[in-house]
Amino acid sequence: MKSHLMYHLIALCLFVHSGSTWAEEARPLATNAVVEVQVQRLSEELRCLVCQNQTLADSHAELAQDLKQEIREMAAKGMTDQAIIDYLVARYGDFVRYRPPLKSTTVLLWLGPFALLLAGGFGLFLTLRRREKVALEPPLNADEARKVSELLEIDKES
Amino acid sequence: MKRFLLPLVIFLVVVGFLFKGLNLDPREVPSPLVNKLAPMFSLPRLDNPEQVFSPKDMLGKVWLFNVWASWCGACRDEHPVLLELSKTGIVPIYGMDYKDTRQDAQQWLDQGGNPYIATAMDIDGRVGINYGVYGVPETYVIDKTGVIAYKQIGPVTDEVLRNKILPLVKRLQAQ
Amino acid sequence: MIPEIGHFSLILALLVALALGTFPIIGAARGNAVWMGLARPLARAQFLLIAAAFICLAYAFATMDYSVTYVATNSNSKLPLQYRIAAVWGGHEGSLLLWAMILSVWTVAVSLFSKHLPDDMRARILGVMGLISVGFLLFMLMVSNPFERLIPAALDGRDLNPLLQDPGMIFHPPMLYMGYVGFSVAFAFAIAALLGGQLDAAWARWSRPWTTMAWVFLTLGIMGGSNWAYYELGWGGWWFWDAVENASFMPWLAGTALIHSLAVTEKRGSFKAWTVLLAICAFSLSLLGTFLVRSGVLTSVHAFATDPRRGLFILVFLVAVIGGSLTLFAWRAPTVGRGGKFDVVSRESFLLANNVLLAVAAFSVLLGTLYPLFLDALGLGKISVGPPYFDTVFAPLMTPALFLMGIGPIARWKQASLPELALRLRWAFGVSVATAVVLPVLLGHWTPMIGLGLFLAFWIFATSANLVYQRLHGKEQPLIIRVKAIPRSWWGMVIAHLGIAVFTLGVTIVKGFESEIAVRMLPGDVAHLAGYDFTFDGVKDSQGPNYTASVGQLHVTKNGVERTVLSPAKRLYTVQNMPMTEAGISPALIHDLYASLGEPLDDGAWSVRIYHKPMVEWIWAGCAMMALGGLLALSDRRYRMQKRRKKERDLKPNEALA
Repeated sequence: MKSHLMYHLIALCLFVHSGSTWAEEARPLATNAVVEVQVQRLSEELRCLVCQNQTLADSHAELAQDLKQEIREMAAKGMTDQAIIDYLVARYGDFVRYRPPLKSTTVLLWLGPFALLLAGGFGLFLTLRRREKVALEPPLNADEARKVSELLEIDKES
Repeated sequence: MKRFLLPLVIFLVVVGFLFKGLNLDPREVPSPLVNKLAPMFSLPRLDNPEQVFSPKDMLGKVWLFNVWASWCGACRDEHPVLLELSKTGIVPIYGMDYKDTRQDAQQWLDQGGNPYIATAMDIDGRVGINYGVYGVPETYVIDKTGVIAYKQIGPVTDEVLRNKILPLVKRLQAQ
Repeated sequence: MIPEIGHFSLILALLVALALGTFPIIGAARGNAVWMGLARPLARAQFLLIAAAFICLAYAFATMDYSVTYVATNSNSKLPLQYRIAAVWGGHEGSLLLWAMILSVWTVAVSLFSKHLPDDMRARILGVMGLISVGFLLFMLMVSNPFERLIPAALDGRDLNPLLQDPGMIFHPPMLYMGYVGFSVAFAFAIAALLGGQLDAAWARWSRPWTTMAWVFLTLGIMGGSNWAYYELGWGGWWFWDAVENASFMPWLAGTALIHSLAVTEKRGSFKAWTVLLAICAFSLSLLGTFLVRSGVLTSVHAFATDPRRGLFILVFLVAVIGGSLTLFAWRAPTVGRGGKFDVVSRESFLLANNVLLAVAAFSVLLGTLYPLFLDALGLGKISVGPPYFDTVFAPLMTPALFLMGIGPIARWKQASLPELALRLRWAFGVSVATAVVLPVLLGHWTPMIGLGLFLAFWIFATSANLVYQRLHGKEQPLIIRVKAIPRSWWGMVIAHLGIAVFTLGVTIVKGFESEIAVRMLPGDVAHLAGYDFTFDGVKDSQGPNYTASVGQLHVTKNGVERTVLSPAKRLYTVQNMPMTEAGISPALIHDLYASLGEPLDDGAWSVRIYHKPMVEWIWAGCAMMALGGLLALSDRRYRMQKRRKKERDLKPNEALA
């Protein structure tokens, strides 16, 4: 009696399984998730050289795929972000980096906005201080005064 | 009063740069490999897969290294120029077939003529990446010590040949 | 025949524009009423002629006339009608015609709604707009003719770029151009003021509605473009700091500074030189954008087919218009007058700081955009300046501006006190800091950028709430009466500022908390992300009017309850043989679920990317709120204008009696 029941139970399990009602977990596209995080991070910093202004991450071009594959292999070998970037810069120049390196030629680029902000703030402060001491505009003459009251009549709703 | 002129001055400076920019190509990527040793590689040849070609073989000679592919339209444009050059024998031309198949490459050379003394097969494009190839055709002038003296991005035209490549080759050969 | 009529219309329009650009301006200088009076009829004639040309081009597209080169390169017989019409502005020549037409629309609008302006001012404004029109018409007729014939005619067209075959193409360019071109009105007002020497509060009051309207259009245009890129490009990005995007953002920044500066000039008579300069800059940046897109000087995904010859023409035009206006500014601005006095701490000084901050921001975007060109032109090598740079630089620059946004509206005109302001704002400050610290921790992830973004967003929320409360509270009248008593322009300000807060919140949350997975899926496979389960049903083939598609289906469930179905697709547009992805998106205020179909893999599976984007829709909701705020402010003015016109009409019978 027992073995008969077991037989039925096993048959039932096999039946359910073979009907593929068992949901399969989707496998990640990348073989190594940790490496892929590094690849994605770097792809967003690097330029696709054959595209019209796109990152390696956004590009479908063949060279972009090839370069991403190179990056993947370097990342799998344990190379750091900087080492991988240096590798590509050695072959393609600074053009391949979307974040320009800080060099003598890019100092103006990186510091310019903040220098301008400081200069603007300083200039603002000086101007405001100077304004406190400047006299008002000369008072209106009779003609101008009449014009003003006319306009004020029309603009009463303001 | 002077400070009211500042916007105009800044504008004129920007215009100067924009004007200069009209004659520049923002998509051209100059190579950082110029004046550096040509990256080493060892690739199977098109004519004989058992044999390999390597830049080491060319030490002591000045030579042209032309990266091409059968699927590349611009390569078709420069092909007659390279054929003419190969017939003059001034400088040996070696080719590298980039991301292509042997069949297509062989067919292309059979149909259009073969200016190359030998062609290396870079099927997966990795050697190309080492050479900073981003769009075929690209041509390198390599000197006797194996240093890249010049890189031509895009097809080699008669003008480029006459004005840049041949004078350079002659100078390097005299060294 | 019709294309030739269109071409002829453009030639006539050029002659009219030349007349419009000369007679009224000279007439204004000489006090010649007849010449000044020519402005309005000429403006209307110009509009009719350019509109006619536009209709001719649209007709050529609608009737698939491939004997016109421009139609042959941008259309196809299988292209649905709405995209055939949108293709009118899909290429360089047609988009110029759109530019010219929209300019003529703004010109005729100014001619219709300017009865209250002095005759000489109106004449100068229309004249300046006419001169700009001359530039564009000349450009089209000389080097970019949309009506050029193709002989022999093509059998079929090359098709519109599949990326542009989308409702976004119908909305985004016209909105954007209405904005860009709309700033020409503010520009013309500024030039008219410099020419006439008349720069006062009245001038500011007249030019404000035009400027605000243009700003609203530009806001909607940029918002539309960003949203379109988000759902079209397949990876959920919405801003790339691409040269052409920057070219639309810079006028927006200058335009925002301008509307604030105009408010001060109108109310207090101050900032005159600033306002005029900003008006010139906003439009100049629009023109610069036109140059950058069409000259080939910068690479961009948005660039039209480039031609240095066209670039040279536009550059000469830029020098004439911008150089001329900045020279006029340098010459006349000193005579414009100083304006009122105000303290170091006052609403004026906060708004002046706002001007400076927005100007620095615009300049920084310009610096980053043009820097690769600078280095290349000087032979100093080739670099790329992209999103990593702009993201790093822009956020710190905008932080002070966003912070001041909370303080400015509360500060008194002319003289305010810092201690008093600090006292009023301490509650708002506390709430913002607390939220910035606590909320990310509750959500599971804290970084300085998330903290900063939340602080600024909630700072603006809290200070706005404070502001509204202070203005509204009082028990004397019912709430509705109190709300209506406050002018719409004030509500407009509040809503626009709240829009910025909503935008900032959206950006902060989506950038800080978005997640994605890339998986291979066979039919029946399940993927998990952010608590949701995505079951793949496989891919079905389908067909569109000019494409074949593989449409996937993903059932989305949470805890077993079915929530939605995503249908990402891969299309192949048959004419250009170009593949395109259509993302499957389930939008909601709390988050977007976004799926994108990749490539079919060897084992019958498909590569699928699934994204969870929390609060991403807040980005565009914030932009929409900004536009709404602008519209509210506009409705305030027009109401008054109508009321005043009615009063004037009612006065007339009395005057006749007198």
